[in-house]
Amino acid sequence: MKEIVVISGKGGTGKTSITASFAMLGGQDVVVADCDVDAADMHLLMAPDFGFTEGFYSGEVAVIDQSNCVLCGICLKKCRFDAISVIKKQFVIDPLSCEGCGYCSRICPAKTIINKKRLAGKWFISQIKTGSVMVHASLGIGADNSGKLVAKVKNEAKEIALEERKDFILVDGSPGVGCPVVSSLSGANFVVLVTEPTVSGLHDLKRVYELVKKFHIKSGCIINKYDINPDKTGEILQFLEENDIAHIASLPYDENFTRAMVQGQTVIEYSNGKLTEILAESWGKIKQLTTN
Amino acid sequence: MTERNTMKIAIASGKGGTGKTTLSTNLAAYIAEREDVVLVDLDVEEPNAGLFFKGELTHEEEIYKMIPSWDESRCSQCGICAKVCNYHAVIKLGESVIVFPELCHSCYACSELCPENALPVIRKKQGTLREFSNQKLKLVESRLDIGEEQAVPAIAKTKKNVSSRHGGMRYAIFDCPPGTSCPVIEAVKDADIVILVTESTPFGLHDLKLAVGTVRELRKPFGVVVNRFGIGNDDVITYCREQNIPLLATIPNNRKIAEMYSIGELVYRHFHEVGEVMEHIVNYCINIVAEKPA
Repeated sequence: MKEIVVISGKGGTGKTSITASFAMLGGQDVVVADCDVDAADMHLLMAPDFGFTEGFYSGEVAVIDQSNCVLCGICLKKCRFDAISVIKKQFVIDPLSCEGCGYCSRICPAKTIINKKRLAGKWFISQIKTGSVMVHASLGIGADNSGKLVAKVKNEAKEIALEERKDFILVDGSPGVGCPVVSSLSGANFVVLVTEPTVSGLHDLKRVYELVKKFHIKSGCIINKYDINPDKTGEILQFLEENDIAHIASLPYDENFTRAMVQGQTVIEYSNGKLTEILAESWGKIKQLTTN
Repeated sequence: MTERNTMKIAIASGKGGTGKTTLSTNLAAYIAEREDVVLVDLDVEEPNAGLFFKGELTHEEEIYKMIPSWDESRCSQCGICAKVCNYHAVIKLGESVIVFPELCHSCYACSELCPENALPVIRKKQGTLREFSNQKLKLVESRLDIGEEQAVPAIAKTKKNVSSRHGGMRYAIFDCPPGTSCPVIEAVKDADIVILVTESTPFGLHDLKLAVGTVRELRKPFGVVVNRFGIGNDDVITYCREQNIPLLATIPNNRKIAEMYSIGELVYRHFHEVGEVMEHIVNYCINIVAEKPA
């Protein structure tokens, strides 16, 4: 069982649309994990049945019982997250700012602050239209610990893949270079970098590749909308060559991706054109690069 | 950190790649033709605003977070530090105390509750803050070092820096990270108004709903700008109407605009209608903030 992670650094490069296409092409061989838990969109294309749903508790949040508060103000003085303020002569904790360190509850002389487990989101196991399984999640508003939810989604997907003897886990990763991406990358066998030929696309590709290098994972790159800027595409190709990153494919600017999305479909189902052909070829290459 | 005279406009979106940076940079440059404005790139993981800005580097400093460092000579092996750390960032292994900086949230509990003062806090570099200047426009960007995972403290530091160095600016525009989780909350929480950028696609709509949930939770006035309008469908427009969300502007889906962006050009200088959109957004923000009860 091999793990393929698709990331992009920059958002909006087409990462999810492309990953969903691969999930379609991979069919029953592939367990899908949507690790872009902060703005998960893959379910919109995969017709999941949300067969299993569970709350995801992670981290804590401080809660004050006002009836025992002696108004000493020590909690406010000690909080490093500006989460405690005085409203109408009461000390009030803003759960969005509280990072659950528990310092206030430990030092409260009246013992009137307690730390509670925080419901950080939900996660799901779904049957999807490819005939396979997808593990996905939604993170609560302003929740911390997205890295932990990513790890949860990935680990569940891994267990299912092992149990059902699937060949691949296909992971839709999150944007950026921070903690959720780090979580997405850990344990991967191959990384697909999706980029676009724009100043931001190239800039973000370089940064996220720095991160991939730290993990020593083999990687390949897909340049989406390569034809909106041939010069930048050239620069990207040069970067790939210099860094020994496989160039998997260049995809043309094609609004069929969006038209398919509006129908709740991947572009593979939507049209039989050139794009589908390139994507099928790309998926073949990725499988080969991953297993070799 | 409130300065009464700076209007803080946060540009955010649930989905990545909808045009936050395009809107932030164009809006800032547009305003700077007449008034002082500081553009603050709070997408510290992937800062891009600087790619659209030509200016002179005027300031540079390290950004750091505070972490405990173990002073073995003072330690009495009581183990309180490990017990009080909710993040497992401080553990006691045999007779040693080990600190994991990437797990530390800088709450100071271990340091201040240590009876021997054996865990003084020290600075740990997270990235670099740079400030660029071009006439009335200032750009402040922070970028995390690769391998640094925590965006929130870097965002908080950047905002603090901006209010102390640029408190007198008429406008501050925050280019926020994508998503709805803790970094976005940190970026948006002291803005006067939030502009959510989306696109008229199912992904755009889905993530817009998440972003709307976030700004409503924060009780911020907000409006929506639909980018690449014309692609996809009308569901975003219908949603805004049903939810009584002000739709500030639409920017048409135009391959020429995408090409302009791809080379790092400011779009409003080439497309008159985009300039009008900027004018409209500025006026909208001024009106909303003027109406806000003190």
